[in-house]
Amino acid sequence: MHELGITRNVVAICAERAGGAQVIRVTLEIGKLAAVLPDSVRFCFDICAQGTPVEGAALEIIETAGRARCRDCDGEVALTELFGRCSCGSVNLQLVAGEEVKIKEMEVA
Amino acid sequence: MCVTCGCSETDGVVYTDAQSGEQITVPRTDADTHVHPHKHDSDEHHHLYSFAPAHEQHFHTHPGPPHGYGHPHDHEHTASGVVALHARAQGTTIALEQDILVKNQLLAERNRGWLAGREILALNLVSSPGSGKTTLLERTIRDLQSQLAISVIEGDQATMNDAERIRATGCKVIQINTGTGCHLEADMLARGLQQLNPPLGSVVMIENVGNLVCPALFDLGEQAKVVILSVTEGEDKPIKYPHMFKASSVMLLNKIDLLPYLKFDVERCIAYARQINPAIEVFRVSAETGEGMSAWYDWLRSHCAR
Repeated sequence: MHELGITRNVVAICAERAGGAQVIRVTLEIGKLAAVLPDSVRFCFDICAQGTPVEGAALEIIETAGRARCRDCDGEVALTELFGRCSCGSVNLQLVAGEEVKIKEMEVA
Repeated sequence: MCVTCGCSETDGVVYTDAQSGEQITVPRTDADTHVHPHKHDSDEHHHLYSFAPAHEQHFHTHPGPPHGYGHPHDHEHTASGVVALHARAQGTTIALEQDILVKNQLLAERNRGWLAGREILALNLVSSPGSGKTTLLERTIRDLQSQLAISVIEGDQATMNDAERIRATGCKVIQINTGTGCHLEADMLARGLQQLNPPLGSVVMIENVGNLVCPALFDLGEQAKVVILSVTEGEDKPIKYPHMFKASSVMLLNKIDLLPYLKFDVERCIAYARQINPAIEVFRVSAETGEGMSAWYDWLRSHCAR
């Protein structure tokens, strides 16, 4: 439900950082475990960009996979949900990737 | 439109001091090229702090050369991501590496520092609507008022009802009405704290908007989130709303006096919560009868002393 607002933030930050230039591409990094749906962001992006220097820009979203480190055996665990279990049996996991919600880069004309 | 959560905000956010009736309305502007609407007029009276410096540092001083090209990054590019990154049009690429929610996080850290400087324990109480947050607060305040100075910030979309209930306990309370907003944000807490002016060494209870989704994403600067789950809800709430249970340090399992009438597997519920967050502390309580509340009070007292 908050993707529209997040997308507006993206457009606002890019417009500001572009310093008046036309933005032609925006690359976001959204973790698969973040509570943000890439499809909803894509849906909102063109609408939010209207009338700003970001209008017409291509949107790329890199979805980062969830990864955690096991606090008990120090092994690495791939996660598809916010929680999981290490092969050693532990659920005491430290997330190391998958919760990103950030603008990675943008391209200006 | 709130640019952080997408909720409509035509009404603005209203802060009401339940004691004096003083009201401040902060209209939320819909600025296209601004990062998030917050007002810089907070220092007219009671200087808590000005919002301006961090804001400017962060969003207005980067017209210079692009930086950060050589950032090490620890994620794996998906196959499609790699293709997309290399198939780009001609232009200048500017590395931003910017967290989209950074502004709220900066303000939350300021709140955290402000609270720590005054040795105030601030707790962010989160739950779905109807879990008994306000009843739990009323009882906690009444039972501990001779031992701890407690004040409250109430977040709701509308009405002063909760603030009135808290005020009846004799406790100082500020009601924040978010309009259609679905959660409190760090700038709202900052303003609420200005109005509340809590004493040194006290406890500030922040009752967030009843919602198990968005409040998990927005750090307010609290010392801990306390999630309240009532046994009249499903025992699988922790795995249905994992973000909230992962973000919380304490789970209060409320309304346990109703257990004889319900099919609610307490052990399974706690196991679900610990599956998501092995460190979560769990207290089984009934704010209605007082059962189990002493363990929660011990936790509160031990965290105040820190």
